[in-house]
Amino acid sequence: MSLFDYTLKELQEKLHNKEITISDLVQASYDRINEVDDQVQAFLTLNEEKAIKQAKELDEKLGADASILYGMPIGIKDNIVTKGVRTTCASQILDNLNDPLYDATVVQKLNAENTINIGKLNMDEFAMGSSTENSSYAKTRNPWNTDYVPGGSSGGSAAAVAAGEVLFSLGSDTGGSIRQPAAFCGVVGMKPTYGLVSRFGLVAFASSLDQIGPITRTVEDNAHLLQAIVGHDEMDSTSANVEVPNYSDAFKEDVKGLRIAVPKEYLTEGVDPEIKEAVLAALKQYEELGATWEEVSLPHSKYAVAAYYLLASSEASANLARFDGVRYGKRTEKNVDMIDMFKESRAEGFGDEVKRRIMLGTFALSSGYYDAYYKKAQKVRTLIKNDFEKIFAEYDVVIGPTTPTPAYKVGEKIDDPLTMYTDDVLTTPVNLAGLPGISLPCGFSSKGLPIGLQIIGKHFDESMIYRTAYAYEQATDHHTKRPNLGGDQ
Amino acid sequence: MADISKDQVKHVANLARLAVTDEEVEMFTKQLGDIINYAELLNELDTENVEPTTHVLDLKNVMRKDEPKEWIKKEDALKNAPDQKDGQFRVPSILE
Amino acid sequence: MTNFETVIGLEVHVELKTASKIFSPAPNAFGSEPNANVNPIDLGYPGVLPVLNEEAVNYAMKASMAINCDIATNTKFDRKNYFYPDNPKAYQISQFDQPIGENGWIEIEVNGEKKKIGITRLHLEEDAGKLTHGDDGYSLVDYNRQGTPLVEIVSEPDIRTPEEAYAYLEKLKNIIQYTGVSDCKMEEGSLRCDANISIRPVGQEEFGTKTELKNLNSFSFVQKGLEFEEKRQREVLLNGGEILQETRRYDEQKKETILMRVKEGSDDYRYFPEPDLVPLYIDEAWKERIRAEIPELPDARRERYVKDLDLPTYDAAVLTSTKEMSDFFEETIAAGADTKQASNWLMGEVSAYMNKQQVEIQDLKMTPSSLAKMIQLIEDGTISSKMAKKVFAELVENGGDPEKIVKDKGLVQISDEGQLRDIITGILDENEQSIIDYKNGKDKALGFLVGQTMKATKGQANPPMVNKIILEEMEKR
Repeated sequence: MSLFDYTLKELQEKLHNKEITISDLVQASYDRINEVDDQVQAFLTLNEEKAIKQAKELDEKLGADASILYGMPIGIKDNIVTKGVRTTCASQILDNLNDPLYDATVVQKLNAENTINIGKLNMDEFAMGSSTENSSYAKTRNPWNTDYVPGGSSGGSAAAVAAGEVLFSLGSDTGGSIRQPAAFCGVVGMKPTYGLVSRFGLVAFASSLDQIGPITRTVEDNAHLLQAIVGHDEMDSTSANVEVPNYSDAFKEDVKGLRIAVPKEYLTEGVDPEIKEAVLAALKQYEELGATWEEVSLPHSKYAVAAYYLLASSEASANLARFDGVRYGKRTEKNVDMIDMFKESRAEGFGDEVKRRIMLGTFALSSGYYDAYYKKAQKVRTLIKNDFEKIFAEYDVVIGPTTPTPAYKVGEKIDDPLTMYTDDVLTTPVNLAGLPGISLPCGFSSKGLPIGLQIIGKHFDESMIYRTAYAYEQATDHHTKRPNLGGDQ
Repeated sequence: MADISKDQVKHVANLARLAVTDEEVEMFTKQLGDIINYAELLNELDTENVEPTTHVLDLKNVMRKDEPKEWIKKEDALKNAPDQKDGQFRVPSILE
Repeated sequence: MTNFETVIGLEVHVELKTASKIFSPAPNAFGSEPNANVNPIDLGYPGVLPVLNEEAVNYAMKASMAINCDIATNTKFDRKNYFYPDNPKAYQISQFDQPIGENGWIEIEVNGEKKKIGITRLHLEEDAGKLTHGDDGYSLVDYNRQGTPLVEIVSEPDIRTPEEAYAYLEKLKNIIQYTGVSDCKMEEGSLRCDANISIRPVGQEEFGTKTELKNLNSFSFVQKGLEFEEKRQREVLLNGGEILQETRRYDEQKKETILMRVKEGSDDYRYFPEPDLVPLYIDEAWKERIRAEIPELPDARRERYVKDLDLPTYDAAVLTSTKEMSDFFEETIAAGADTKQASNWLMGEVSAYMNKQQVEIQDLKMTPSSLAKMIQLIEDGTISSKMAKKVFAELVENGGDPEKIVKDKGLVQISDEGQLRDIITGILDENEQSIIDYKNGKDKALGFLVGQTMKATKGQANPPMVNKIILEEMEKR
């Protein structure tokens, strides 16, 4: 049994009982990385020297009043800036950004809790992708079967947790980038309400959709990690100034009388029968726990992917314009004038998927097309948001699958961008509406690949999601299963 | 059906300051065309009287006080500069 | 068709003098070492976010109100996308369709004729960094200016002559300076101007094709550039040519406008709402709070000087030409100086000194109260006007208390009648011939006697008193 098979609470007990030290935990992390990361390829940059030093210091300072995250090894997605630690977004254009000069707000908050940054995790370049195949460095593998993708864009974050390389990690979710890899890798991934977690220091993909969130092995740990990173931030104008509840309180309540809405659009023909089956089984479990569920309709669901890709790409086209080879990052070696310096540096620094989305977004915003594409998508966004509002007037949570299929093989879909996009049909509506959503394990496919259950809540009602997720997790044993690293037998 | 021409792809690449090869123009014309065609799906919806959403949360008037604050050390400003001279960032000039 | 009408519209950028930048807490200061006032936000580092400086909004509202704009209740920021090394995010945060101020106007006066010039809009945005072109094939970028709050003020195409353009700029600068939101120094770039100009046959409704003049470094270059462009366009049209949509600059040496580039269609800036900033809702209370902070503006002041202070129109215009001058004047009279005397000194000696030394009134060592005191010393006869010039020279250069300067320099005027009468009696005794000459109608003799008295008193005698006593004493003889 690995140390990371324990929960946060259990590990803290062991720490305080002197059964283990923080140095042991950090060492366990690097040992496991040495053992399996050649296969998993979750990490882009390791922070080993600093982490080991920090562990020693924390061991010495450990007091009875230490917070629950004290000394815990964490992995951080590489689009979250870390002062003095290389931050690349898995892109060649930031290959040499060895010190982004400052810490993201979430990193400052983690530092205040004394977590230990083990290293930076692989992702699709600039978070654009659903398989982590768009990383310019490495293709992260699914620990349940290394022939398969881990999902994306937070593929490194989900795979590292699933493979036991770290206790937990941070990811980011713009259209499903936490929930989808969590589903593929059989871990718990939460995309919080837009505005709950500061985006300051999260390298922007689509500003109106991006959120940072925790990826963990259990629902309870997830709540603890979220608790540490939430809160109003004056450096982020879109950060909500709301009172944050104690998420652990959610675990004291059961789900008797809980009203669950199940959108019929989430269980249509596009959804793999095995997934549908697993979700229906989960709903049955909820019935047994005293909750009720009803089929509802989110009529604009099928428009979400198109609206999402237009909006996210439009915002991205501006957000990624700053990578111009002037102040940091890659500059072409070619001897060219200013304009060609921009063009060549960007052409050399960005991968195809990033270029595709920058061009799509540039097109959607360009003169003569703005109303037909960008503005139209913004209006559809309103309709999707309204769909959810209507449902949440009568129900506590919305439940469905996280993904239409389990993980697919590396290389299987990479040449077909549009199919990759349409696979995001179940996750993108949540981002468009700014709602919180979690994915947690609810079974395995016949090939032994994990299946994710998605629970969507009202704005700022993460507590309700945790309460719902926890009840199911405690009644089932999917979360206790561990992958045997390796490919098809 | 909306389509995108090679010339449009080149124009968009120029606006986005991306150098593209002929093969890339070919590839992006096809792929962007597919995606844009797919996006035509939105035209099924009548959005005449629908307000566009830019922000999902209804926040207003988020501002800070006019107080200067120290942040990075002066020498850090140029720490990651690809090229610099006399405390300034150096770039090739524009050809007139 | 040889009669053309000129149509001019001006775009003026004014930097706001807040303490920190519009979207980052870096200091907003001019003249620092390159890249000293920058932080990761100004440098467009990955992951940074803008947060709006409240004071920048207040200042933009104040400027809008001062030029009679309606203030938007709902407003927001947009991204304007373009690549340039001085634009670190490759988008400028600006305002596209909901500017803070709209539908304003200011009144100008040219050759005694008053005219209202409409103002289309005033919007708030961030300034860019500064790119310096070298001759070695490279350019250097300094981001100190990046993020300085900037308002862009766009006029209606109401301006008909280059002279009106000049008057508009002077008036706009004057008003903005009064509000205190900017020092409007063209030489430091805190006020910049682009001009659009077209001509059309008199009577034609639609506008002709316009050219844009950029890099105009002073108001008089704006006027000269427009004058040249007006003539150039007329010649092109009269020769059967066509005006192209061009951007041109004014060459100060050659005294002509020079083509920079021909515009192909309109630029595609791909504006869209800034997702990192939330909208602004400016309610009536906020508007009223700002309105109450706007000081009396130059037109109102000028009117008051003429009506209430009985100053000539000319004086009122000169005194209100800058807020600093006008404030100095008001403080001087508040400290007890005679209104007209204060006006004379400020328009005369003080302005002459400022011109000669190239300094601003606020940089003088002399304070309004010390000027007032000096004026009082003249009025009560302590010093003569001639002495006052010496006192002023010292006061303006080094400051201090006029009374002390008078004493230190031994400038006190002898106004003691008994003392003067004794001296004069002696002088008359020694100059009998002059008395005879005077009585025989030679007025020059009086001047001689006054001169002798001044000589005897080392110039300190009170001249009117000397005159009076000499006449009285001669009468007696």
